[in-house]
Amino acid sequence: MTDLDADLVVVPRRSVGNLAGTLVVLVLAAMLVHTIVVNPRFEWDVVARYLTVEAIAAGALLTIELTVISMVLGVVLGVVLAVMRLSRNRMLAAISFGFVWFFRGTPLLIQLIFWFNLSALYPALSLGIPFGPEFVTFSANTFITPFVAAVLGLTLNEAAYMAEIVRGGLLGVDRGQTSAAQALGMSRTLTLRRVVLPQAMRIIVPPTANQTVAMLKNTSLVSVLGAAELLHSAQIIYSRTYQTIPLLIVAALWYLAMTTVLSIGQYYIERYYRRGDIGGGRIRLRRSKPAHVQIMGVPS
Amino acid sequence: MQVRGVRKSYGAVDVLRGIDLDVETGEVCCIVGPSGSGKSTLLRCINHLEKLDAGQIHVDGTLIGYRRAGRRLHELSERDAARQRSAIGMVFQQFNLFPHLTVLNNVVEAPVRVKRERPAEVQDRALLLLDRVGLRSKAHAYPAQLSGGQQQRVAIARALAMRPRLMLFDEPTSALDPELVGDVLETMRALADDGMTMIVVTHEIGFAREVGDVLVFMDDGVIVERGAPADVLAGPTEERTRVFLSKVL
Repeated sequence: MTDLDADLVVVPRRSVGNLAGTLVVLVLAAMLVHTIVVNPRFEWDVVARYLTVEAIAAGALLTIELTVISMVLGVVLGVVLAVMRLSRNRMLAAISFGFVWFFRGTPLLIQLIFWFNLSALYPALSLGIPFGPEFVTFSANTFITPFVAAVLGLTLNEAAYMAEIVRGGLLGVDRGQTSAAQALGMSRTLTLRRVVLPQAMRIIVPPTANQTVAMLKNTSLVSVLGAAELLHSAQIIYSRTYQTIPLLIVAALWYLAMTTVLSIGQYYIERYYRRGDIGGGRIRLRRSKPAHVQIMGVPS
Repeated sequence: MQVRGVRKSYGAVDVLRGIDLDVETGEVCCIVGPSGSGKSTLLRCINHLEKLDAGQIHVDGTLIGYRRAGRRLHELSERDAARQRSAIGMVFQQFNLFPHLTVLNNVVEAPVRVKRERPAEVQDRALLLLDRVGLRSKAHAYPAQLSGGQQQRVAIARALAMRPRLMLFDEPTSALDPELVGDVLETMRALADDGMTMIVVTHEIGFAREVGDVLVFMDDGVIVERGAPADVLAGPTEERTRVFLSKVL
């Protein structure tokens, strides 16, 4: 006869393989930490000494400046490009497509060097009426500083990526939302600004945060233009002292610290744009019509 | 409201093939018919969410969506079309509440942003409207926290906040679970009792019979039959109406 005792003890399954795997990983991790600590060529004392010197801090500041300026301008331009791409005006859509095609299709490093050398193409830049008189003319060589070239290159490149991200976000908003807004008498701009964009943000924010992290690190490419951002500041020091590895570690630690701060910010921004959801996920409405027509009296 | 000779096609598909329809002020006109008969498209034409291929629609004596110059109809600017829409309320099958705004802000949004009314006044009015649809206690909830029936009643309040002279309902109960349909119909019935002019595309034959002044049966882009609901339901004169009603009654 079967024993139907109710108060039996349930014991979870133990996996020997799981335990062995954990052990192996622990040993490897211990070896890694050990060598980092005992290998004198890491020169941790040098790392500690340079971590907060003024030149490095100034470099980090320039890195932040470049990131913020290029990201803000890139997002604004990206939104414009996305709206152009979705516009009924074929010309605007084509221009947006062409922009993304070009700036996403060529390496950022080439774009940066290109902008820095713009004066080779156009020695003089001027403001004026197209094909008409010019009001101000200035030398491209003095206008295109490493900083200006960096912002130009980073912004235009970023705008190309952001255009695609924003376009995806706008397309992700239910068409019914636009109908509802228009039926209330809202104009196209108002509908975009008050109804579609805020909802698109839920889709746009996570990849944009990724882009910001990528941008922060991509500013290191600007070192080839001689702008003293974080990496170049470290390079200037180690070219003098030959302490290459410790100074690269210093730069890496700064990048890591800054990207960590960004990740924390991302968490809060995402939480804000999910405020209309229940438990973080949108409750799905019933989409299908009833298969048969329902007959229902009106309760009086 | 007058509809005259309205035609509309998407590519090769003729969705509306010459529609004439009059709805008097204060009347409730219910439109029934099989899926794909053009009922929803007709509604979307009435507030110019869809352009017309031919014909004209007048609401309160105003030509909708177009400006007449001799024998030509020029489409209005987006801004003018939007102004006309602001006087016509619309309720959708899928509710289409703005999910990022609270219930109260859903109702307040358009009067403040479109008509530039004072937020404090609009908010008072919005709370009264929410009271009327029985959802004042949900004013600070988000749409996702409401049942489908509650969402649809908020959508009705949102449309009413613009003080429309005409209300369009596009299958307002078709996406609802059966037990939630009653509250929404009750809200609509109260609105009709208040004298609101309403055009209701619906599958709720009971509602059409009890609340409707006119029943219109559409099939294949044309109005097949129209008349007092009791007459049409009891003795349809057209074969197509008879076949449709025999399936749903």
